[in-house]
Amino acid sequence: MIEKTNKKVVEENKNIKIVHDATCTFCGCVCDDMELHVDVDEKRIIKSKNACVLGRAWFAEHTIENAPAAMIDGKEVTIEEAIEEAAQTLVNAKFPITYGLSDTTSEAQRQAVAITDYIKGNIDTTTSVCHGPSGLAFQGVGESTSTLGEVKNRADLVIYWGGNPAESHPRHFGRYAVTPKGMFTPNGKKDRTVVLVDVRKTKSAGVADILITPKPGKDFEVLWALRALVKGVKLSSDIEKETGVPLEILTDLAKRMKECRFGVLFFGMGLTMTRGRHFNSGALLALATDLNEYTHFVAKPVRGHGNVTGADNVVAWQTGYPFGVNFSRGYPRFNPGEFTTVDTLSNGDADAALIVASDPGSNFPKKAIEHLKNIPVITLDTKTTDTTKLSHVAFKTSTYGINTSGTVYRMDDVSITLRPAFESPFPDDEKILKSIKKRVHELILKNSHSGGASGEAKVAAAVNPL
Amino acid sequence: MSASMRIVNGQVYDPKNNIDGEVKEICVEDGKIVDSVSDEATIIDAKGMVIMAGGVDIHCHIAGPKVNLARKLTPEARRHDPHPSTPFTRSGSGGTTPSTFAAGYRYATLGYTTAMEAAVSPIGARHVLEEFEDTPIIDKGFYVLLGNNIFLHNLIREKRIEEFDQAVAWWVNATKAYTVKLVNPGGDEPWKGKRNSNVSNIDEKSDDDTLSPRQIIEAFIKTVNKQGYPHPPHIHCNNLGHSGNYITTLETMKTAGDLRAHIAHIQFHSYGGEVGKNPISKAAEIAEYVNNHPNITCDVGQVMFGDSTIMTADAPLAYVLKGHSKGKWVNADTECESGCGILPFAYQEHIYVHTLQWAIGLELFLLSEDPWRIVLSTDHPNGGSFMAYPKLIKLLMDEKFRREEMKRVNQKALLNCSLPELKREYTLSEIAIITRAGPARALGLETKGHLGVGADADITIYDLMDDKELMFSTPRYVIKSGNTMIANHEFKTDSKGKVYHITPDYDNKIEESLKPFFEDYYSIEFSNYPVDDRYLHQHEIIKTKTS
Ligand code: SF4
Ligand SMILES: [Zn+2]
Repeated sequence: MIEKTNKKVVEENKNIKIVHDATCTFCGCVCDDMELHVDVDEKRIIKSKNACVLGRAWFAEHTIENAPAAMIDGKEVTIEEAIEEAAQTLVNAKFPITYGLSDTTSEAQRQAVAITDYIKGNIDTTTSVCHGPSGLAFQGVGESTSTLGEVKNRADLVIYWGGNPAESHPRHFGRYAVTPKGMFTPNGKKDRTVVLVDVRKTKSAGVADILITPKPGKDFEVLWALRALVKGVKLSSDIEKETGVPLEILTDLAKRMKECRFGVLFFGMGLTMTRGRHFNSGALLALATDLNEYTHFVAKPVRGHGNVTGADNVVAWQTGYPFGVNFSRGYPRFNPGEFTTVDTLSNGDADAALIVASDPGSNFPKKAIEHLKNIPVITLDTKTTDTTKLSHVAFKTSTYGINTSGTVYRMDDVSITLRPAFESPFPDDEKILKSIKKRVHELILKNSHSGGASGEAKVAAAVNPL
Repeated sequence: MSASMRIVNGQVYDPKNNIDGEVKEICVEDGKIVDSVSDEATIIDAKGMVIMAGGVDIHCHIAGPKVNLARKLTPEARRHDPHPSTPFTRSGSGGTTPSTFAAGYRYATLGYTTAMEAAVSPIGARHVLEEFEDTPIIDKGFYVLLGNNIFLHNLIREKRIEEFDQAVAWWVNATKAYTVKLVNPGGDEPWKGKRNSNVSNIDEKSDDDTLSPRQIIEAFIKTVNKQGYPHPPHIHCNNLGHSGNYITTLETMKTAGDLRAHIAHIQFHSYGGEVGKNPISKAAEIAEYVNNHPNITCDVGQVMFGDSTIMTADAPLAYVLKGHSKGKWVNADTECESGCGILPFAYQEHIYVHTLQWAIGLELFLLSEDPWRIVLSTDHPNGGSFMAYPKLIKLLMDEKFRREEMKRVNQKALLNCSLPELKREYTLSEIAIITRAGPARALGLETKGHLGVGADADITIYDLMDDKELMFSTPRYVIKSGNTMIANHEFKTDSKGKVYHITPDYDNKIEESLKPFFEDYYSIEFSNYPVDDRYLHQHEIIKTKTS
C-alpha cells in the first residue's frame, strides 16, 4: 500500500540504490528513518543518512566477506551437511542449551524456541546478562510505561537514571525524549525539564537541566527517599551523608515529579547491573507507579541490543516466560539463576549449545567459557567471533536489516519490519534454524516410532506443519 | 489436503439449519461440509454423541502486546499449569494468560475452532499477527482500537466526515483488522493528558475539548454501517464497572438508532446504584432493550469465581481496580491511539460486588429472548479464563446446579438481583446458538457456526453426558477444516489456523493528510506503519459492502 519504490540513480558512475525508511538495529532505539545509499555492484552501504555515529559504523562495516557458509570443526562443508550434524548433535544431547537471539529477527527467534522445545532443552537470551533484573522487577511490581512517541508528544519531565544515552543510544535525546517537538510539547526542549541521575559525569550530562550524582551503589537509597518524599514523609538531612545527595535537591525533585503533567523515568544498566540490581529497578518502577496518584508518570528501561526486546517477547509468547526457560520435563519452566546461561555453563550442566547471534565466548565469565570449549557448540553468526572459532558447527548468516527483512521490536515493544539494502550470498538465521528444526523434529518422531516397519511413513505424515 | 469423512449415528445440533438433535450423517471433503462422499471415506461412528459446529469466541484476549505484558507480569500464575508437548504439538504454559500454543490447543480441547482477539492498538497489529501464527489450530481475527485515536477525533471534531470514512477504512486496511473496536471512547486523553482523570458521562465535553463520547460512538457506527463491515463496531462502553453505568449503556445503544452495533461484555455495563457505592442489578433493563432491538448484538463477559487477569484498553478502569487489589499493575500508553491497563485479579464468592457481577451475567443469559444476539463469553481473561466455558454452560443448562452454586455466594448480593427467581434452563440447541451459530452470524462468518453444505468442516463431537460441564470440557473428536485434530481425546496432528480480515475501499488521497500527522506525532515512519501481507500467513478476506 504505501510501499516506496527504491529508485536507482547513477551517482559518480556508480550503480547506487537508495533505500528509504530503512531501520538501524544497532541499538534499542531501532531508528526506522534511515536513508541508505547502496553501492549495488560493490554490495555495500556507502552512506547512511540520519544515522548516528554508531549506526553509520554498523552500516559501513557490513560488507560481504568471502568465507565458507558452513563449517564443521573448522573445515568447510555444505549447508546440508552442517544442518544434519547440528540436528544430530542437538537431538543426542541430554542438556542442550540455546542462547543469544538478541541480534536477529523475531522470525528467527521463533524458530530457535521451537527447536529448543522439541529437543527439551534450555533457552535463554542476552536479557539474562543485561536487563534481566528489570524483567524480575517488572514481575514484582509491574510498570507504568508508554511508547516513545507518547514521550515525545507529552513528557514535560524527563529523567535518565544510570545510563549514558549520549554514547549508548545517541539518538534517544533527539528523536524521542529531549529535543523533539510533539503534540503537547510544541517547543521541544524548552517545554521539558531534563534530569540526569548518575554516579559518574558522562557525555550525557550536557543535556541535563538538573544533574544529580549519588554515591556509587546508593541508587536504591535515593529512590526509596524519593518514594518517601512523594508520599509526604519527612526525611532527615542525614540522607545526604548516606547517599551524597542533599535533601533540598531530593525534595525539589519529588515536587517536580508530582507537579509535572507527564513524567518519564528512563533507566539503564548503571541501575540494573550495580549493587541492588532488581531491587533498584523495582524501586524505580514502584516510584513511577506511586506518582500516578498525582499525575501521569511512566518508566522505561533503555535497552541495549537491536532486538533484545523481540527476544523477550517471542520467548514470552511461546513459553509464557521471558528468558531462562527450561523444557527438560516437556513443558517450560522458568528459573533465572538456574536456567540462565551463565549458570547452565558455569555449573557444567550443558552438554551442547546452539548460539545464535551472540558471542558468549568473549564476554562470559571464565568458568562458563571453559565449559563452552568442552562441549559441541553450534553457532549462527554474521562474522567470525571467539565463539564461532570454538564451534563444532558454524553457520555464516546474512545480517538482519542489511541483507534480510524480518521483524524487530523497539525498546518500547513497538515492532518494525526491516527493509534490507542488498542481498547476501549467505542464508539468514531464520532459514538455517527452520531447516534445523525440521530435521530435529523428524529425528525425534523417528525415535518415538523406532522399530516399526511403517515408522518412516508415519513420520512423513506427522511432521509438524508449523 | 484432508481426506473425506462420514460421521454417522450422531445427534446433530445445527440451529442455523433447523436441526435440533436429529440423527443425521455429516459428510466432509476438502475441508468443507458436503452432501455426500464416496464409500472410501473414513467413517466416524458418533453413536451416543452430540455433533455441533466448532465453537466461535467473539470476544477474548489471547494475543498481542497487552497479553504478552500480562504473561511477563505473572509467571506465578502459569507455574502450576504447564501444558506439556506431545510428539505432534508444542508445549506451553496456561493460567489465565496462556502462551500462544497453549491457547490454541486449549481452545481446541474445548471444541472451539475460531476466536477473535478483541482489542489491538493499530501499532500493535504486527505483533498480534506474529503471535497468531504461533497460535495453532484455531482461526482468528482481531478488532482494531480506533475509539481514542487522536487523528480520527480531530476529523470528527472538525466535521470532516468524508475524510473520517476514508481514514477509518485506511486504518482497518493498514492493520489487517476484522472490525473497529471502541473502548471507553474519549477516555484516553483525560487519562494521559489530565493527570489520570476520565470521562464519566456519554455527553461530557471537557473544558478544552468539544467532543463527547457520544459523538465518537455515533461517527463510528455510521461509518462502519455505511461501509458494510461483516461485524459492526465492537463497543466497550464508557463507565465500565461503575455503579449506575447501565444508563450509559442504554444511551450508547440508543445512539446506534437502528444501525448495527455490538456491545462487548455487557455484564460489566449493567449496574445500577450510585457511583462509589455498591451496585445493584439492572440486567432486566438492559436485557429488555437488547430483546427489543434486533440491530444490537452483545456478548456477556460472564464473571467466574477464581483467578482472572484484568487486561483492558480502559486504562482508568484498571487503575481503579488497582486501588482494590493493592498488587502489581501495568499501565501502557500507545502514542496517539490507545491506553492499556493490566493487573492480576480474583473473583471471590464471599464478596458482594463479585457475586453480583456473577449473578448479573447469568440473569442476562436467562432473560434474553433471542439467543442469536447474546454470545457466551467471559471476556477472557477479564471475567475468567475461557477454560471456564464448560462450567458456565452447566450453570445455564442445569437449574439444580445453579441453585447449589447460589448457596455458596454472598447472599446479600442475591437480594439485589432476580437470579434466584429464574428457572430457565438452556437447551443443547440454545447452547449451540450462543457458542457457535450466534457469534458466527454476528461476525458475518457465513462458513462458520453451522454444519450445512458449504460450511467449513469445523466439527466438535461430544459424548452425551448428564454433567454438562464434563461433556463440554472433553469432546471426543475435534475436526478443523476437515482434519481430525483430536480423536478419542488425543491430539493427532497440528495445524495453523487462518487469519480473517477485511479490506474496505478507501481513497489514497487520505494519506496526504495522514502523512504529515505521522511525521509530527508518531515515532515510527509513516511508510513503516502499515502491516504488509507477509504477516498474514494463511488468511481469508471477508467482503464488506465497499471491498
Ligand atoms: S540511535 Fe541506535 S538505532 Fe538509532 S541510528 Fe544510532 S545506533 Fe542506530
Ligand atoms: Zn475484552
